[in-house]
Order: sequence, then C-alpha cells, then structure tokens
Amino acid sequence: MKITGKVWKYGDDVNTDVIFPGKYTYTIKERSEMAKVALEDLDPEFTQKAKAGDIIVAGKNWGCGSSREQAVSCLKERGIGAIIAKSFARIYYRNCFNEGLPIIVSPDAVEAIEAGDEVTVDFDSGKVITARGEFPFPPYPDFVKGLIEDGGLIPHVKKSLGLK
Amino acid sequence: MGKTFAEKALGRAAGHEVRAGEIVTVEPDFCMSHDNAAPIARTFKKIGVKNVWKPERIVFILDHAVPAPSDDHAINHKEIREFSAEQGIANFFDVTSKGGVCHQVMCEEGFALPGLIMIGSDSHTCTYGAYGAFSTGIGRSEMAAAWATGQIWFKVPESLKVTVTGSFRPGVSAKDLILTLIGDIKADGADYMSVEFHGPAIEAMSIAERMTLCNMGIEMGAKNAVCPPDAKVLEAIRDKAKTDRWEALWADDDAVYAKELTYDAGDIVPCVAKPHTVDNYAAIDEAKGTPIHQAFLGSCTNARIEDLRAAAAILKGKQVAVRTIVIPASWKVYRQCLAEGLIETFLDAGCVITNPGCGPCMGNHEGILAPGETCISTANRNFKGRMGNKESFIYLASPLTVAASALKGEIADPREVL
Repeated sequence: MKITGKVWKYGDDVNTDVIFPGKYTYTIKERSEMAKVALEDLDPEFTQKAKAGDIIVAGKNWGCGSSREQAVSCLKERGIGAIIAKSFARIYYRNCFNEGLPIIVSPDAVEAIEAGDEVTVDFDSGKVITARGEFPFPPYPDFVKGLIEDGGLIPHVKKSLGLK
Repeated sequence: MGKTFAEKALGRAAGHEVRAGEIVTVEPDFCMSHDNAAPIARTFKKIGVKNVWKPERIVFILDHAVPAPSDDHAINHKEIREFSAEQGIANFFDVTSKGGVCHQVMCEEGFALPGLIMIGSDSHTCTYGAYGAFSTGIGRSEMAAAWATGQIWFKVPESLKVTVTGSFRPGVSAKDLILTLIGDIKADGADYMSVEFHGPAIEAMSIAERMTLCNMGIEMGAKNAVCPPDAKVLEAIRDKAKTDRWEALWADDDAVYAKELTYDAGDIVPCVAKPHTVDNYAAIDEAKGTPIHQAFLGSCTNARIEDLRAAAAILKGKQVAVRTIVIPASWKVYRQCLAEGLIETFLDAGCVITNPGCGPCMGNHEGILAPGETCISTANRNFKGRMGNKESFIYLASPLTVAASALKGEIADPREVL
C-alpha cells in the first residue's frame, strides 16, 4: 500500500480538544459532520481546505488529552491518508489503529518535511519518501497489521467472531 | 528481580508472569462509560453480537451534560436508558441524586478496588489508581469490542517511580504537587508508562488527594497511575466493595523502573498551569495579579468534600469578586456539604452552585467562557477551547488557590489569606 499527499505540518502536543472540540461531542453524531469541524480550533485553513489523501506531519505527543475517538474519526472521514509524528499520545495511538487510520512514528521524517511538501508513505517497504530524502520506519507488529488490513477494530472483531 | 505494580496486576489478570514490553490479553473487571455509552452502544450493535459479555461488569454514569441541556443530549441519554434496560445493565447511574461525576461515583460506590483491571471510555479513568486499581482510558470502538468479547489487549507498560518525602507547607496541596511534576516532565513525560507514587508524603495523603494525583496521570501521558493500597484504602472499601475479586498488590522494593524521581513535599509551592497546556507551570509568585473573570471549583480532579472544605474555609464570611461556580463531584459530596454548612458558606460568599456533573470542564454547559475571558479552575485541562471558546484562557490550580483568586478577582496566593 502506498499513500501520496500534500503535507499539513503542526508542532508538539497537539491535543484532542483542538482536533475535535469537546463542545461537539454530543451534538455531532455523523462522521461526515465530524469531518467538517476537524482541527477547527487549531487551524481553520485545514478545516476549510484539507483534501482526501492529504497527510498530517506533527511533532511529539500528537493527540494528547481526551480519549474521544472523534479526534481520529474526523480525520479519517476527511480522507487524511496518514499521520506522521515524532510520537503519539497513548490512547490516540490505539484509537488510530482501531479506526484503521495509518500512523507512522518517524522523528527524522518530521524534522525534514515542510508544510506543503508532497510526501509518499510506502507501507510495503516501510519508508516515508520525500524530495528531501527517504526515511525508513519499523514494520507494525502482526497484531496491528491485522487491524489495519481488516479496516479497523470493529470489522476485525466481527471477522474473529465469525460474524458478517 | 522484583516486579512493578503494572507487572503484578496485568500478570494476575493474564494468569501468568509478565514483564514490561509483553502484550497480554485480559478480561476487564469493570468497564465504565458515561454519556458516550450511546455511541458505543451503536458501535456494539454493528458488531452483531446480541448481548454484552457480562452486564454486571459494565457501569454507566451520566455526568458530561446532566440534566440534558439540549435535545441532542436528551436523545443521547434516552438511548443509554434503552440500551441498559435491553442489556440488563443494573449499574446505571441516571440523572438522579445517586449520581455525580463518573470517576467520583466509581470510587464512592466501591467499583474502584485494589488490583482490579478497570477500563473506561474516558481518559481520566486513571483516577482509580488511588484505590490501587490498574485503570486506564480507552476509545469508543475499543469499549464496544470489550463489551462484545470481554477481552482487551495491553502492552505491559514500563514504570515511572515517583517518591515523595516530607510534608506540604500550609496552602499547598496534592494539586500543586501534580502540576509541578507535569511541569517538570512535560505532557509526554510518562507516555505509555505506569506511574507509581511512593513515599511518606503519599502515605500521609487522604484518598481524595491521591485521586487528584492519579486523575492527572493522563496529563503527562501515562497509561495508568497508582498509589499503594494501604490501610486507608482497605478501610475505605470495607463494606462497599462491589466484588471480592480484588487483591492488594504493590510493587516489590527491587522492581525495575524506566525512570525514578524524588520530590520533597516541603519544596512544593502553590502554582498554576498557564494557558494552553497542562505542563505550562508557573509558581504562584509569577502568576499572581493576573485578572480573572470566572472561578470554577469542580470536576473529577478537585471537587471532593476535602477540596470544598478547604475552599470554603477561605471563602467563609467574605465575598467573591468574580462569578464563582461550585460543582460538588457527586450528590454524596453535595449532601456532606449541606451537613457541614458549606453550601451556605458558598451561597453567602456569592458563589453559584450547580448540580453534580462535569459542568463547564469540557465546554458542555454551566459556565462557558466568552472570548477574551479568563477562568481559574480546579479541573485538569486548560487546552484552547476546552471551556467552549477558543479565544478564552484557563489557568489550573488547587481549590485553595482558586478560592483565594475568586476573592481577589485576580490570581492570588492562598498563603496570604489562610
């Protein structure tokens, strides 16, 4: 699998409240509506202009704060192809795999990549490919690969329980 | 080689010895959800399993927006009532005088117990470590899967040992200690880790203070945070433990830690976390004098009877200079406030008291800020937009500092009014 897209770049410690504001947690139910407010309190330009296939590149501890899964769903639904960060907050990290949104930990790639760059993530060879260089990342554990291949935790659980 | 608390608790649940770094799959002892039980129920139905694995291990507590402030919230609550009736989930705390903020209710009602594996669809589930539980927050999909399968996977975390010696000086509390620690190690300083609190200052603390510490474990990235299940905990759970599956577990003296830190409680001073991150520490000397428009005494971090007593002692016989919202953590706490005359103290001082729940903490209702306004709060997060408006500012502090600031209309040093 390969994903190529334009980069939106952010700093350290971007929290779930600015990715998906808490005030919407019980008023927005549809995933398509979640996508419309993604990153509203961080970057209104992203909220207006982000396109399917775009890639988010961020500093350390992306997704810190609340356990709200909408902070992943809104980006997945928006069509974000992948998030590359120096590190991820723990619950957000799990939520990404559970939602089937690919994430990559690569501090070197984050240092090199600039906003607006075009970047390719090649999951088969385990590389982030940019005009500024190529950055290998370690393969996912088999358990996580299974989740991504099945399209997230819920389809994975259905499959493991033999349900359609 | 000894074991950490996390290695013992996850090993006990897995049924075999484990070490940090291993992946284990375990059966949770309790699964807590609040208002988000409705979307989780919708996801659960998509899986196609008819019944939850063990209804007696699932707990629902409505708190994020109670009573419902809009029709969206009302529909959400209605779905939870219907789902709990259909699935036979008896541990359901609806909008009644038996409820309160979910984490407070879990502890008061005897669900939080030593050695249990507890998961919650809320990041502050780590609070139950004050009772010696291994407790951690998870997302909605994962909770739906846990209801269906009775299973959850964990990587056994590495551990951070925080030893606290000495004792607090007057005007200083557990909130100042945890804000200092987070300021030192930053928002990712304990990422993926189990944080263990050790030492005489922790042993001297009430369970309420330990809850404040463990509650904010997530604000430094921790998977869980935990205090020793000592005599105080065993006394607190006597007669109210919801299950006998618990076991008092604690780390061995020769356990191996990824990192160890030591603090002298006597060195801690009153402090705040400045906007817009919890690790943006400032000692009170640096922050005092900052004008405020609102003070908030509430949340799962700091609205227990001990917190409200401390705040009331400062407010007694005086008048607040800014609007001050008091939200006891539960109806039990509210009743205790009534019995001790604290409600009258707050009312006489000019405070507004609302029903127990999360209130304005995450921007739902009961104290949303306007653009340009500043609030000093006893809650756990000061992120941009957290209290409903991204042009507003939140300072986090202890109940003592919030009360002292409410009187002055600006951030104030509680030691000057004690």
